[in-house]
Amino acid sequence: MSNVLHRRPGLRLGLLLTPPMLWLGVAYLGALGALFITSLWGQNAFTGEVERTWTLDNFRTLLDVDVYRVITLRTLAIALTVTVVDAVVAIPIALFMAKVASSRLKGILLVAVLTPLWASYLVKAYAWRGMLSENGLVSWLARPFGLDTPGYGVVATTLTLAYLWMPYMILPIFASLERLPDSLLEASADLGARSVETLRRVVLPVMFPGLVAGSIFTFSLTLGDYITVRIVGGASQMLGNVVYDNVGAANNLPFAAAMATVPVVIILVYLALVRRTGALENL
Amino acid sequence: MSLRALRKEFGAVTAVDGIDLDIADGEFFSMLGPSGSGKTTVLRMIAGFEQPTGGQVLLGEQDVTELPPFRRDVNTVFQDYALFPHMSVVQNVEYGLRVKKVPSGERRPRAEAALETVRLATYGGRRPHELSGGQRQRVALARALVNRPRVLLLDEPLGALDLKLRRQMQIELKALQRDVGITFVFVTHDQEEALTMSDRIAVFNDGRIEQVASPVELYERPASPFVAGFVGTSNLLTGATARRAVGDDGPVSVRPEKIQLHHRTDLGAGGHQGGGADGECVLEGVVTEVVYLGAATHSVVDVGDGVHLTVQQQNEESSIDHLFARRGERVVLTWRREHVVRLDGAGRSTGDGSGHNEEE
Ligand SMILES: Nc1ncnc2c1ncn2[C@@H]1O[C@H](COP(=O)(O)OP(=O)(O)OP(=O)(O)O)[C@@H](O)[C@H]1O
Ligand SMILES: [Mg+2]
Repeated sequence: MSNVLHRRPGLRLGLLLTPPMLWLGVAYLGALGALFITSLWGQNAFTGEVERTWTLDNFRTLLDVDVYRVITLRTLAIALTVTVVDAVVAIPIALFMAKVASSRLKGILLVAVLTPLWASYLVKAYAWRGMLSENGLVSWLARPFGLDTPGYGVVATTLTLAYLWMPYMILPIFASLERLPDSLLEASADLGARSVETLRRVVLPVMFPGLVAGSIFTFSLTLGDYITVRIVGGASQMLGNVVYDNVGAANNLPFAAAMATVPVVIILVYLALVRRTGALENL
Repeated sequence: MSLRALRKEFGAVTAVDGIDLDIADGEFFSMLGPSGSGKTTVLRMIAGFEQPTGGQVLLGEQDVTELPPFRRDVNTVFQDYALFPHMSVVQNVEYGLRVKKVPSGERRPRAEAALETVRLATYGGRRPHELSGGQRQRVALARALVNRPRVLLLDEPLGALDLKLRRQMQIELKALQRDVGITFVFVTHDQEEALTMSDRIAVFNDGRIEQVASPVELYERPASPFVAGFVGTSNLLTGATARRAVGDDGPVSVRPEKIQLHHRTDLGAGGHQGGGADGECVLEGVVTEVVYLGAATHSVVDVGDGVHLTVQQQNEESSIDHLFARRGERVVLTWRREHVVRLDGAGRSTGDGSGHNEEE
C-alpha cells in the first residue's frame, strides 16, 4: 500500500486533498449556494411558508426600501471606519514590536495583544458598554477636555468593534514586518533615504500584504457582526440585525438570505479590489 | 579616508579596540581577520550604522563620526545583498538616485549604465528573487556604484557564492574597481581572496590591527606570529628548535614551500649536522604524515622537541607513490637563510603601512 502511494504521487495528493476539498465544496460553497438560492424564493404572505417559486422580489425590496439602503450604507461605513482605525493604531504598534522592542519586550507585547482573544466576546462588548455609559470611564476621561461619552450609537459600535478586531490587524502586520530584515532598512539609509522616506518606500510596501490581510479580517468581521451593535449601538441596526430579525422574529427566511448576500457581495468586491493591488500573491 | 583611535564596546565586549588607519583614494583595501575580530563592526561604523564609543571617522577632511548614514558619501554592499524585494532590479539600482531627487530623465539612463557595467543590462525588469546569487551580488554592486560614492564598503560580498563563481567575481570586482577608481574597503576572512585582490591588507585580531601591508609584504614578511599563522600556512620556530635551525631563540617562521626535503642518503652521511653551508638552515626529522592536495603535497616532519614542520612540494610527477613511501623515513630539511622571517612582535604595525621594519 505505502509502496503504491510512494510511486504514485498524484494518487497520494488526491487522497490527501479529497476530504478537505469535499468540505470546502459541499459544506462551505454549498452553503453559500443554498443561501443564494433561498434568497430567490418567495414567501406566502399568510402562512409564512417558504414558496419555492423563483422571484427577485426580495432583492427589489432590499433596493427600494429606504431603511435597508441606509442600513447597508451604515454597515459599510462602520466596516470601513473600523478598518481604518485599526490600521492607524496597529501600524505603529506592529512597527514598534517588530523593529524597536527588545526580544523580551516583544514577547510581552505579543502576549498583551493576544490575551484579549482569550476573553469572551460578550464580556468585552459589555465591558465597553460599561465604559461608554453615562458615568463610565470614557465620560470620566473626556470630561476634563470638555467632552463627554459618545453614548450608545454608531460611534460606540465603531469603537467597540475596532477594539474587538484589533489583534486581527496587529498580528498580520507584525508578521510581515518580522520578515523585513534590518539590513533592508540599513540599505535604504545607506543609499541616502531619511527615516520618513525609508518608511514610505521600504517599510510600507513590505508591510502592505500584512495590512491587506488584516483589513480583510476587520472588514468582513464587522460586516457580519450583529451582537456588538445590539449591546452598544442603541437603536442603530446593522446588516446582521436585519438578517437575524428576519430569520427569527419575522420568520422570512428568503428575505434574510437576500440580505445576507449583501455582505458577501461587498466582500467579493473588496477582495477583487485588493487582488488588483497584487498584495494577495505576497501574503 | 581615515580612522582615528576608533573604539566600539558592546556592554562588556570590546569589539573594536582602538584602530588607526589611513586609506588612500582609489585604493583597494581589505580587512582580513578571523571570525569575531571586529571587521564588520569597523565597517558599520564607517557606514554610520553603529556609533563608535570612541575615536573618529574622517572622510577626506570631514569628520563624519556624528553623521547619520544617509548624510555620508559612502555606500555599502551587504553580505546578504539587502535588495528590496518589492522593487525590480532597475528600481533597486535607481533607489539611491530617487531618494536624492535626481530627475527621472537622468535617473533611468544612469541606472541602466550601472547595470551594464555589471553585465546585467537585460535584467532590469526582473525581481531580485528571479536572479541567481551571483547576479544578485552584481545588482547590489550596481546599486551602490550608481551613486558614485567616495568609498564603497563591501562586507564579505562573495561569501555566499560557490568557489568557481567566487574566483570569477574576484577578478571582475578587481577590474571594476580599477575602472571606476572608487576606494573599496573589502571585508573578508578568506586570506587567499584578500591576497588576490587588494592593494593593501589590514590583518585584524581581537579588535586590533596586527599589520597593514601589501599582499606580498604580508605574506613574505609577516610582522607577528599571528599574521604568519593566519595568512597562508607557516612553520613557527621558537626556543631550542629555533636555536638548532637558525642559531638563536626566535621566534621565526618559514613558509612550507620554501623548505627542501632530502633523503638522508641523498646528502652524504652526517655532513649537515649542526648548521649547514653558508646561508642554509638545516633540521633533521621523521616524516609522520603525507597529505595530498592536488597541485601540491604537504609532508609533516617531526623535528624533535614536539615540533612538526610542514613542507610543501609541487606534484610534478603523475604519481606520488614515492612521496607516500616516505612516511616514517628519516629526512633532512633545508632552506635558505633569507627565507627566515623574524617575528619579534616589535613590528606590530601602525596604520600607515610602513610600520614593519625589515631586520634580518
Ligand atoms: N550588536 C552587537 N551586540 C553585542 N556584541 C556584538 C554586536 N555586534 C558584534 N558584537 C561582537 O563584537 C565582536 C566583533 O564582531 P564583528 O561582527 O565585527 O566580527 P567580524 O570580524 O565581522 O566577524 P565575522 O568574520 O564572523 O563576520 C564579536 O565578539 C561580536 O560578538
Ligand atoms: Mg562580519
